[in-house]
Amino acid sequence: MVDLRTEIAGVQLRNPTMLASGFLDETGGSMARVYKAGAGAVVTKSIGPQPREGYPNPTIVELDAGLLNAVGLPNPGIVEYEHEVKRARKAGAVVIGSVFGKDAGEYASVAAKMASYSVQAIELNLSCPHAKGLGTEIAQDEAAVRDFTRAVKDAVSLPVFPKLSPNVQDIASFAVAAEEGGADGIVAINTVKAMAIVPELKMPFLANKFGGLSGPAIRPIGVRAVYDICEKVHIPVVGVGGVGSGRDALEYIMAGACAVQVGTAIIPKGLAVFEEITKEMASLLEEAGFGSVSEAIGVAHA
Amino acid sequence: MPKFEVVPILELVRETPTTMTYRFRGDFGGQPGQFLMVWIPRYDELPMALSYLGAVKGITVHDYGDATHAFATFSAGDRIGIRGPYGNAFRLEGEKILAVGGGSGMASMIAAIEAFAQQGAQVVTAAGAKTAAELLFVERANASGEVHIATDDGSRGFAGFAPALAEKLVDREKFDQILTCGPERMMKAVVDLAKARRIPIQASLERYMKCGIGICDACSVDDRLICLDGPIFTADQLDGFEEFGKFRRDKSGRRIPA
Repeated sequence: MVDLRTEIAGVQLRNPTMLASGFLDETGGSMARVYKAGAGAVVTKSIGPQPREGYPNPTIVELDAGLLNAVGLPNPGIVEYEHEVKRARKAGAVVIGSVFGKDAGEYASVAAKMASYSVQAIELNLSCPHAKGLGTEIAQDEAAVRDFTRAVKDAVSLPVFPKLSPNVQDIASFAVAAEEGGADGIVAINTVKAMAIVPELKMPFLANKFGGLSGPAIRPIGVRAVYDICEKVHIPVVGVGGVGSGRDALEYIMAGACAVQVGTAIIPKGLAVFEEITKEMASLLEEAGFGSVSEAIGVAHA
Repeated sequence: MPKFEVVPILELVRETPTTMTYRFRGDFGGQPGQFLMVWIPRYDELPMALSYLGAVKGITVHDYGDATHAFATFSAGDRIGIRGPYGNAFRLEGEKILAVGGGSGMASMIAAIEAFAQQGAQVVTAAGAKTAAELLFVERANASGEVHIATDDGSRGFAGFAPALAEKLVDREKFDQILTCGPERMMKAVVDLAKARRIPIQASLERYMKCGIGICDACSVDDRLICLDGPIFTADQLDGFEEFGKFRRDKSGRRIPA
């Protein structure tokens, strides 16, 4: 039997699949359900200091190329969200709290509050590509990535994982900045900035006009990003972007990721996708002669 | 894969002072109780139950906010975006059905009433509304079976709420199944009635939605999604919900009273 357990900066996972932020994670009930379905961990919806309604609909559109969304960071606010985290934790889920804010101080205070709900780690949404003034500018500025990471590190005693944007010239330099800020791991990538237009209506599909693309189309972009990042930093990396099968997951693992996050693949495959990925990974690893996931991490760099 | 299409509105029908039916062509099937995500360009995209199945589909919209208010000023020929149908459907189980619809909940109920009557079931409808003018689809229901009416102000039929009317009906005769759609507190009362009398029930729930396809988590009730696991739930499923009849969620995801 292949050992599927993995670890990210001390956070132990029963398998390398995690629920990506923004999918079925606004409520504790749903996060518990996803964990029970087989995810190794769940990442919460990105939570800010205050309740936020997000953008008007349409916020989500299915394209041939993948899923395009601009939901605009709707969330109940960090105070109200305690109830949801506690419910997921009570069900036994490994929970990573995703946070955002308008400045370093807000990130730090929301992260501290999130940490007090007994999550296992903090993910920093530094890179939501469509929420004005929140995250996106930060992810375009290496110094800001370093400073924000440092501010959060100073505020919590949990592992901190900045999530990086692919919408930059050189993502690896941002990973280096995060590492300098004290990051315990890197999550890459967030969605790719994109747009869809409805010709019959002569207007963009999304109310916000543009949004972030996820799904199979961005997997090669994510794999390249993870590969580059792993060449430059010494901290663990979590791969995200278009993972829907065990084979997809192994691309990220072999690029150097120690775990993967899954979101868009839930649409065609349902929550069974987590178990499916895990099983397929195990059999592919076994065929290739690996005894564990950890043995396969980064082998494509050889 | 994507089931989105842009369709022109063929016809608008004023049903009550606050509800309007929009008819459009759609060859996507559709079962009673299922819904579409309807994009009112420049305003909003909202989940709406199919009130007409068949080749010319229909949705019946209660005017309750800015987007539905703007939608009421649309004309035939104006175009809307639709995707779906989504969600599960009412199931015909047994031969004698009681359909309890409250307010615009009759929009979803009428599709089931007509479909199940056509399939040979005996369908009795209890239709409730605030006033006689707000009663929806009484004539259509009448064409499919017996109809009983309740109005809050007593302006037509039984003076009181639909669950009290439903109780009189189940006291009078035996039903194999109850179907209900309407305000959640009304449905809670109907579900409690059905459980007390040991009559199987299917209730169609409503929540704010963004995606309609089971990922955004906006429409969750406890650990179930209205868009994917529902909108129709049985008494056994509803029993497992702490939030049914008590909480819903606003656009930010905060729990607020149902």
